[in-house]
Amino acid sequence: MRTPVFTIIVALVGAALFAAFRLVGNDYLFFAGYIVLQYVVLATAWNILGGYCGYVNFGSAGFFAIGVYSTVFFYTVGQSVEDIFPEFLLAPMQFIFPLPLPLLVVVAGAVSGLVGLGMGYLTLRLRGVFFAIATLALAVVLETFVVNWPFVGGSRGAYVIPPNEIPIFGPYIQFLFFLMLVLVVVALVVARSIERSKLGVGFATIRDDELAAEATGVPTLRLKLIATVVSGALMGMAGAPFPYYIGYIEPGSAFNLSYAVNSIAMPMIGGTTSWIGPLVGALLLGTLQQVATVTISSAVNLLIVGLLLIFFVIIAPRGIVGLVQDAIRKRRGERVKS
Amino acid sequence: MDFDLLINAIIAGLMLGAFYAAVTAGISISFGMLDIVNIAHPGFIILGSYIAYIVNSQLGVDPIVIAIVALPAFYALGMIIYDIYYRSFERHGQDSLRGLAFFFGLLFVTEVALNLVFGVDYRSVNVPYIGGSVSIGAMEFPVRMLVPALVSLAMFGGLQIFMSRTFIGRAVMAVSQDPQALQLMAVDPIRIKRIAFSISLATCSMAGAFLIIIQPVIPSAGREYIGRVFAICVLGGLGSLPGTLIAALLIGVIESITATFYGPSWAPAVSFGLLLLTLAVRPSGLLGR
Repeated sequence: MRTPVFTIIVALVGAALFAAFRLVGNDYLFFAGYIVLQYVVLATAWNILGGYCGYVNFGSAGFFAIGVYSTVFFYTVGQSVEDIFPEFLLAPMQFIFPLPLPLLVVVAGAVSGLVGLGMGYLTLRLRGVFFAIATLALAVVLETFVVNWPFVGGSRGAYVIPPNEIPIFGPYIQFLFFLMLVLVVVALVVARSIERSKLGVGFATIRDDELAAEATGVPTLRLKLIATVVSGALMGMAGAPFPYYIGYIEPGSAFNLSYAVNSIAMPMIGGTTSWIGPLVGALLLGTLQQVATVTISSAVNLLIVGLLLIFFVIIAPRGIVGLVQDAIRKRRGERVKS
Repeated sequence: MDFDLLINAIIAGLMLGAFYAAVTAGISISFGMLDIVNIAHPGFIILGSYIAYIVNSQLGVDPIVIAIVALPAFYALGMIIYDIYYRSFERHGQDSLRGLAFFFGLLFVTEVALNLVFGVDYRSVNVPYIGGSVSIGAMEFPVRMLVPALVSLAMFGGLQIFMSRTFIGRAVMAVSQDPQALQLMAVDPIRIKRIAFSISLATCSMAGAFLIIIQPVIPSAGREYIGRVFAICVLGGLGSLPGTLIAALLIGVIESITATFYGPSWAPAVSFGLLLLTLAVRPSGLLGR
């Protein structure tokens, strides 16, 4: 299937989902669905670096939070244009601010992509482990910076008040849901086209044997940097609408470890070798968590995610997709025999 | 700059650094020598803290005594974890991604489980010496820091002697360099690695007790140590215990000075900055091979 056809199909599925949700008409469905979709984007983004290249990023929460706080930053600027800019800039700035949310998403992607580039440049030349450790520390340090930065709320947190209604969509949550749906389509198309391009082949050589790849002339550092930037940018974009969704944001919730765990666990459980894996994993785990949060408790559902991650990593290293493939192959084999 | 303040910041930093050395010793063995990236290490340290807390609050025993008693339990835990790790990942070679995810899952499960059992309240221990301090001239030594620092240095010295003087210790050093050659000497590298990993996990028991003496502990406290321990380990040079000690003291002092003069909320950024600097300038660390 060619990429444009795939894009159209994914977009149609997305549109059908949106239409179905509107038909049900329950706002809670949009609230819960938004979180699941957000995880689809995070998992797909993580997989571009983690699954295709084999470089583990533990800092998903950090990249996500960069997106969150870039929105908070521009929102706060928009709230106090008069105090920040000098007299002669006031008129154009008042025209520009407040920035529309879709633009904020793009800005967030650019910022977190840049952070990914900087981090990758420093650590990707070394063994993969160092990169993993550096990403772990990145989240802690970014959190330190945000806590010490009163302009975006510091440790007290910041309020971002979304408008109640928006033209065309009605309730604002429906608009946020739609926006996240668009991001899901973008992420899936990007992941799938990377997988099928020369770039994806290059990534696979890095994952399988980096030394051999380097020796045969694959520009490994450049490819790894591309993967880091794309993956980081998508994570930042997933975070950008979050302040509007939640209304009140503080460092503890933006840098929550559950983002890092989920964005690793979902591809690992779904299967890391293709774009379907993270999608399946995120839909499954995300929905499970939404149900478990309501029916049991949020701590228990995180425990379940952790245990599932360990279980799958040990027992079924190729994830659900791998299990299904094995089952199909087995059945075909039996048919051939009979 | 106030001179007395600076002196005391350096002293506090040195004691903090000695404690960091105990926290990092295990990582220095597992990551530095065995190439096992045990990012769950800080999680087990918190587990050690909670064990010290439970026994202390029930029986009032000194946490360090509790930690010494609990050493065999942690050693056994280390054997179990290494066995799972070896069977599922190491034996098949190369797949470090899954091994990392495995330890990450362990870290997360430990934290969430402690959260479920104890809640997110700060827990601390009761020991008679916690409030006191020894002062020599203008220099202040809070006993609460001094005791863990001294015991930690003793433990570190013991580990270093064990590694450089005993047969098993030398075999651990050897396995980090060339497991195949070790096999030719009729030593089972897997057994040596299992012992070394179990020792690295046993240090968690001690480090956990030190931590809860120094400050109250919550289940998520392990997270801020992840960046720090790996920063110390990399800065010191992989697989070098003396290097780890020097790096730990260095980071302790720098963090303490940062906290004293710029505010404690900036301290976590120090180790990360140093980590990035080390990785960019001298990836082999201070005393690296």
